[in-house]
Amino acid sequence: MNEITKMLLFMVSCVLTNNFIFSKFLGCCPFLGVSNKVETAASMGLAVTFVMTIASLFSYMVYHWLLVPLKITFMQTIAFILVIAALVQFVEMFLKKASPSLHGALGIYLPLITTNCAVLGVATLNVSENYNLIYSVLNGAFSAIGFLVAIVLMAGVRERLENAKIPECMKGFPISLVSAGLMAIAFMGFSGLV
Amino acid sequence: MSIRLSSAPHIRTGASTQSLMLNVVIALMPCVAAGVYLFEMNALAVLCMSTGTAVLMEYLWQKLMKIPVRVGDCSALVTGIILGLTLPPTLPWWATMVASAFAIIIVKQLFGGIGDNFLNPALTARAVLLASWPAHMTTFVDISREHVADAVSMATPLSGENAVEYTWMQLFQGAIPGSIGETCKAAILVGLAYLLITKTISWRIPVITMLSAFVSAFILGMDPVESVLTGGILFGAVFMATDYTTSPMNASAQYAYSVGIGFLTMLIRRFGAYPEGVTYAILLMNILTPLLDKYLPNKIYGHGKKKEANQA
Amino acid sequence: MIKERKSLGKIFLNGVITENPTFRLVLGACPTLAVTTSAVNGIGMGAAATFVLVGSNVVVSMLRKFIPDNVRIPAFIVIICTFVTMVQLFMQAYLPSLYESLGIFIPLIVVNCIILARAEAFASKNPVLASAVDGLGMGVGFTLALTLIGMIRELIGSGTLFGLNVMGAGYEPMLLFVLASGGFLTFGILLGVINAITAYFQRDKHSEGGRA
Repeated sequence: MNEITKMLLFMVSCVLTNNFIFSKFLGCCPFLGVSNKVETAASMGLAVTFVMTIASLFSYMVYHWLLVPLKITFMQTIAFILVIAALVQFVEMFLKKASPSLHGALGIYLPLITTNCAVLGVATLNVSENYNLIYSVLNGAFSAIGFLVAIVLMAGVRERLENAKIPECMKGFPISLVSAGLMAIAFMGFSGLV
Repeated sequence: MSIRLSSAPHIRTGASTQSLMLNVVIALMPCVAAGVYLFEMNALAVLCMSTGTAVLMEYLWQKLMKIPVRVGDCSALVTGIILGLTLPPTLPWWATMVASAFAIIIVKQLFGGIGDNFLNPALTARAVLLASWPAHMTTFVDISREHVADAVSMATPLSGENAVEYTWMQLFQGAIPGSIGETCKAAILVGLAYLLITKTISWRIPVITMLSAFVSAFILGMDPVESVLTGGILFGAVFMATDYTTSPMNASAQYAYSVGIGFLTMLIRRFGAYPEGVTYAILLMNILTPLLDKYLPNKIYGHGKKKEANQA
Repeated sequence: MIKERKSLGKIFLNGVITENPTFRLVLGACPTLAVTTSAVNGIGMGAAATFVLVGSNVVVSMLRKFIPDNVRIPAFIVIICTFVTMVQLFMQAYLPSLYESLGIFIPLIVVNCIILARAEAFASKNPVLASAVDGLGMGVGFTLALTLIGMIRELIGSGTLFGLNVMGAGYEPMLLFVLASGGFLTFGILLGVINAITAYFQRDKHSEGGRA
């Protein structure tokens, strides 16, 4: 019981309290770049969720079952980026065969994810925070859901701002950044929740 | 008090903005009066500073950016008064000024001014103060003593066991520590009655928010009556959750929005790091508003109100 | 000879000003936002990224004739990774406090879009010296931008500048600026200001040329 409560709280903290975008600044590029429409933002978020969960699992296995026994943990970053790149390739091929419709929806975002710092970030964090296998996967999955929530909310706001009379110099990136800053202020309300 | 149904959503045109805003100003007056009566000169100083800065900043920005000066629509006045009412009476003048300028320039004008901001300016500014100078924002004056001058600073009744010391009647009248405008519930209700009678707002958001707060407090194991009588939930539900620009336009979305505010407020009060959650609850639901409006369309009223909102 | 030096200068300035990676291209937003809570952190991050940029640009440029086209991106990433690991180990050993405050953003230099973008767009098509200068220019541009943002946030959010108290004893720092949202707000508003300034000067230029 106690363990389950702890896990649930951990999940909530990954999504809300320690949100990847609003408190850790991981994955800002797609957050700013692919958030003009709610639908595309949701697809991107789902693709990231997918990859981050699997990447957490595989990077854990590679680190603890390969790098640690071989005493080459300094190769961590190279190993992780290769794992992620290979995974993304594999996921893309798999989706193409198994679910063409899902591939159609997520396809163009998958290559982008290789260089999404959220994915490498979560793999690195799992190691530096010493999470075990279960917590690593949970961290990957729920941090990614936090990213999904953030990017969809952002897309909603940006759709609304389409007709706004924003000053010329603030259009585009500047106003997106300011919006994200204001959203981060609201998300501070979740602090201490867990 | 008779609750009258007003037709929602309101059609917002340039011409009527000023009269709507003036209605809000009038509705705020009981709170202003109660605040100044309870907290004396301190409250008056904070209110003057926040209102003055808001109006001045709006004017300067519009002059500087060479866009039509529309201070006359009174929206900056409303933002200034509401912000002042949500602040503790002992807040230093410079903090009030920074908050007021932040509300008008960064939260409102950078997004294109009235009708285009996605967050409530006054509330965002309040959250900025809470993040920036938490000590100033969570120290309140205990005015249950004879004179404000003799009063000692203390934490809000929401934190710790202090809340138990006050009777429901005291909470209702407002002679308790707290922000300038939020303590006197009687004054807020007078303002609400005025807003409803003049059809400035619909009953939906304030009533559902309070109901949701009541039920949520009960579910989360808090005293429901005390929970709705303490803190800023009533003030927030009446004056800030109902902000035209940042609340949903569709009826079904308004239900979800109000339920969300009530629940999040109590959730943050119960588990969060901050003693009061209404600020963040409304801001979070403001962020969700575009999605609610998009995915919870109202079959009767929903006929693309976006355009009209933007003209306001 | 003079002409070549001139063009190298141009390549350098291109990175610092014309195509400043942070303010003009808005690349590498994550570290820009995350580590700029103080000016020193900004410089540290900028220096680390500059080293990686120059190193990877040089190696990519040297190997540009040997790397097959279809595996070039993975090859670039491996090259970048090598330099990042070098920086990481160096900082860990000699600058432990800076390493601590930059945290996971040191290994994350690997996925900083600026570096891959320069390898792909410049180093893979240009000779070694020009690539090195391009890397240096981009790196300096990135460092200056990060330091500027770091200075603003540190000044308002902590009342200090490079760790020195400059705002006087009575100043109560506006904590928001060293928090997450302060990063977004500072960067966003600064971008807006830079856009406004650029637009102002461009308008001047146009009207001088009689094209306004």
